[in-house]
Amino acid sequence: MIRKSPFHERTSALNETGLWSHWSGTLAADRYQMSDKFEYFAVRNAAGVFDSSPLYKYRITGPDAERFLAGVLARDIRTCAPGNAQYTTWCDDRGFVIEDGVILRPARDEFLLTAAEPNLAYFADLIGRERVAIEEVSDEIGVLAVQGPRSRDLLARLVPAVAGLPFFGLTQGTIAGVPVTISRTGYSGDLGYEVWIPAGRALAVWDAMWASFEGYGVLPFGLAALYMLRIEAGLLLLDVDFGSSRFGWTDEDRSTPIELGWSWMFRDLGSVDRPFIGRRAIEHELADKTSRWRLTGLVVDWDDHDRTYDRAGLIPPKDHTPIHEEYFVYDDQGKQVGYTTSSMYSPMLQRHIALTRVRPELAAPGTPIRLELDVNHRYEYIGARTARLPLYNPPRKTA
Amino acid sequence: MTPNQRSKMPSKAATPKPGPKASDTTYDAIVIGAGHNGMVNGAYLAKAGLKTLILERRGNVGGAAITEELKPGFWFTTFSYALSLLRPEIIHDLELTKHGFMPLLMSSSFAPTEDGDYLWLGQDHGENLKEIARHSKHDADAYNQYSHDMEMVCRAIKPLLDAAPPDLFSDDPDELLALAALRSRFRGMDKRTLHNTVRLLTGSAADFLNDYFESDILKGYLASSSIIGTKVGPYSQGSGLVLLYHSIGEHDGEFGAWAFHKQGNGGFTKVLARAAQSFGAEIVLESPVANVITRGGRAIGVALADGTEYHATTVVSALDPRRTFLELVDPRELPTDLVETITRFRFQGTSSKVNFALDGLPEHPALPGRSDQFRGFTNIGPSMEYLEHAFDDAKYGWYSQRPYMDCAIQSTIDADMAPPGKHVMSTFIAYTPYKLRESDWDTERQNLGDTVQATFESFFPGFSDLVLHREVVTPLDIERTVGLSEGNIFAGEFLAPQMYFFRPAPGWSQYRTPIDGYYQCGSGTHPGGCVMGAPGKLAAERILKDRARA
Repeated sequence: MIRKSPFHERTSALNETGLWSHWSGTLAADRYQMSDKFEYFAVRNAAGVFDSSPLYKYRITGPDAERFLAGVLARDIRTCAPGNAQYTTWCDDRGFVIEDGVILRPARDEFLLTAAEPNLAYFADLIGRERVAIEEVSDEIGVLAVQGPRSRDLLARLVPAVAGLPFFGLTQGTIAGVPVTISRTGYSGDLGYEVWIPAGRALAVWDAMWASFEGYGVLPFGLAALYMLRIEAGLLLLDVDFGSSRFGWTDEDRSTPIELGWSWMFRDLGSVDRPFIGRRAIEHELADKTSRWRLTGLVVDWDDHDRTYDRAGLIPPKDHTPIHEEYFVYDDQGKQVGYTTSSMYSPMLQRHIALTRVRPELAAPGTPIRLELDVNHRYEYIGARTARLPLYNPPRKTA
Repeated sequence: MTPNQRSKMPSKAATPKPGPKASDTTYDAIVIGAGHNGMVNGAYLAKAGLKTLILERRGNVGGAAITEELKPGFWFTTFSYALSLLRPEIIHDLELTKHGFMPLLMSSSFAPTEDGDYLWLGQDHGENLKEIARHSKHDADAYNQYSHDMEMVCRAIKPLLDAAPPDLFSDDPDELLALAALRSRFRGMDKRTLHNTVRLLTGSAADFLNDYFESDILKGYLASSSIIGTKVGPYSQGSGLVLLYHSIGEHDGEFGAWAFHKQGNGGFTKVLARAAQSFGAEIVLESPVANVITRGGRAIGVALADGTEYHATTVVSALDPRRTFLELVDPRELPTDLVETITRFRFQGTSSKVNFALDGLPEHPALPGRSDQFRGFTNIGPSMEYLEHAFDDAKYGWYSQRPYMDCAIQSTIDADMAPPGKHVMSTFIAYTPYKLRESDWDTERQNLGDTVQATFESFFPGFSDLVLHREVVTPLDIERTVGLSEGNIFAGEFLAPQMYFFRPAPGWSQYRTPIDGYYQCGSGTHPGGCVMGAPGKLAAERILKDRARA
């Protein structure tokens, strides 16, 4: 039977569309009102609230927790001091990405790792003789993402420490008498926070938050708006932009972190001697330049796009609806050189954009490539250029 | 002498102090007026490498597209209040997204009826059809046909907005080619679309809408777009053209959809100013131009009211045709037939604004406790008869006693427009003729405000209790503050004899003037008003071509 988030009593009252997706077996609103774009703009211009509760969450504790995680996570968890969070990934021994997620470190020996899919057996099997306990706490914690330029001021009125919280910082506080953790994290590419709430008292916190947000232009937003935000922000989605190496049929279904654009996680590889799963493969990939792809942004030439549709007798579509399907990209000689994995028309950038993987030599920002689109039931090849991610990156995100 | 010197500044504006001077006295191009078209023009010229100076009479950029804090925390879009016709090329060419361009979607339209019901259209097509069917099952189907027919016409007509009209009177091979291209565009249209285009360009909105629909509220809602800014009623021949114009507007490719720019159209013109400056254009405020300096039939610069002179080989007026031809230059330097045409050019502004600061959101009797119907326009024009009756008053020199109102509670779209829990409402009013019979606007200003407030109250009982502050902007105030003659919001009415080949005058629709080096780029030129930017852009193209030839 489909499950409900701890906030469902409230989110279902607000969802006027009756549209829900099943996310990890849990109902998640696609949009709350008829216009997902209106919700999207609320986040970019004021603030929005998204129920992230269906995420998988694992609590990892014990005196060896850091050492354990330093060996299984590809990014060095030791650089994440207590009171901070980190975006991380874990790889297999061939250097292919299993998953990515955000990990919170509320205390020296305590971590909370989020994941899109179940990972308990995978991590538990790796513990060996380390003094580490790992437990799944997915249902025990409700998560509300408060994202957008007003999020800091709004949350700081409830938990003053939020005002000074740095990007990926963590703080503890109470809302409606309920102890909560607040991290400066999110999936919108904007200034934003996530509030981690004991599930049993989720509604009390929800009610206090909404009462205090009243009149500030805050809207709940659903998956459609979230996907718009994350594509602009260059944030990847499992099973859309990459797949877990554990379940790939062939290596074509697998990606390395370097191919996904995360080489910045490994800048210190030469100077830090840290064994972790996939290290040797990643070192080889970097040294031998064996990456097959590079994930990059793509910005479509608006003029070519509009003229192509106009020639076909059509109104050029500028649809913000996120598309989680592949489109092929080509070089000038007509050779396929990659594919997009997520695309949309960006209202903020006023361009069609995509997350795209291309052959590494084409990844330099500004490289011209052609995007294959179906126009009037025929393929057309529209001019486009690669661009550095994130495509939308307001200074307030990290300021 | 400019009209600006003659006009009295409204009491709310500070007396202009002598502004900072420009950094130099000699430029390649000087643009008169930092409204949206002046800045678009100046930005394109600067981008092309011209040393460009934009001179503005007032202490702020934006012209009629400004946002002002009239009560602490409450921001009013004093005049122009929404975006839809802005040309997408301008967004890209001037890299506006880098400078903060942010067109927030207005996601619904709410139209109350006189008997306490409403028509509420939003972003879900299927739901919209059911909502229309509540009023007429026939019209739900007709609406699909109407929308498709209109989109076909819009698609066909839209390219005309993005190119200068060919010169009908020229033997230049380029012009003949452009005319041939225009002819082939029309010949390429299917018969139905061509006929619909002609019906709209020449006929009345009422005839056109009656051919599709039976529901009063739907017809009233749609016909409201046919009377904006022009002295026509929905039954007048010519209102079809105004309807068509407003239907071409778009939000991200969706015809007929509107955006509210972050911080209003004043926010938008600030983005434009930043873009123009990023290309090197210099904008100098509080610098009223008294006249264009000419020598031997050539423009060589401008003189400010204080006597300061700036020199340039290209001078561009972003002001309306009356200012451009009859006031900035000596009409005796111009051909007589041009002077005659401009003299009889129809302005006759009929639009006003009443802007409200509100203590909370109004409530509709049929939707107690709801407020999400206000995330777009609220249209007070419940039937075509209502609109026509409103026009009847104007025909005989008076303002509508039950006016047409296009309202937007902008703080529901951009929360930064008002303090938390409070709101601002922009209300566009028709009809309010510039020339009143046996009275004047200084006498009638607050009476108009009362009329508007009472009319809104009749649809939303309890509204008046929410009003914290009210600003009434009559056609006279528009003229005084912004300089638009007779307060016409389009810098000249949208009437067929004043459009395309004839905007602003036959033979002068290509942004040149009879004075060499003196150009026009305001909304009085093709394709006209609304915050479209096309006149500024097309004029810049003309100027750059002419300079390349010279």
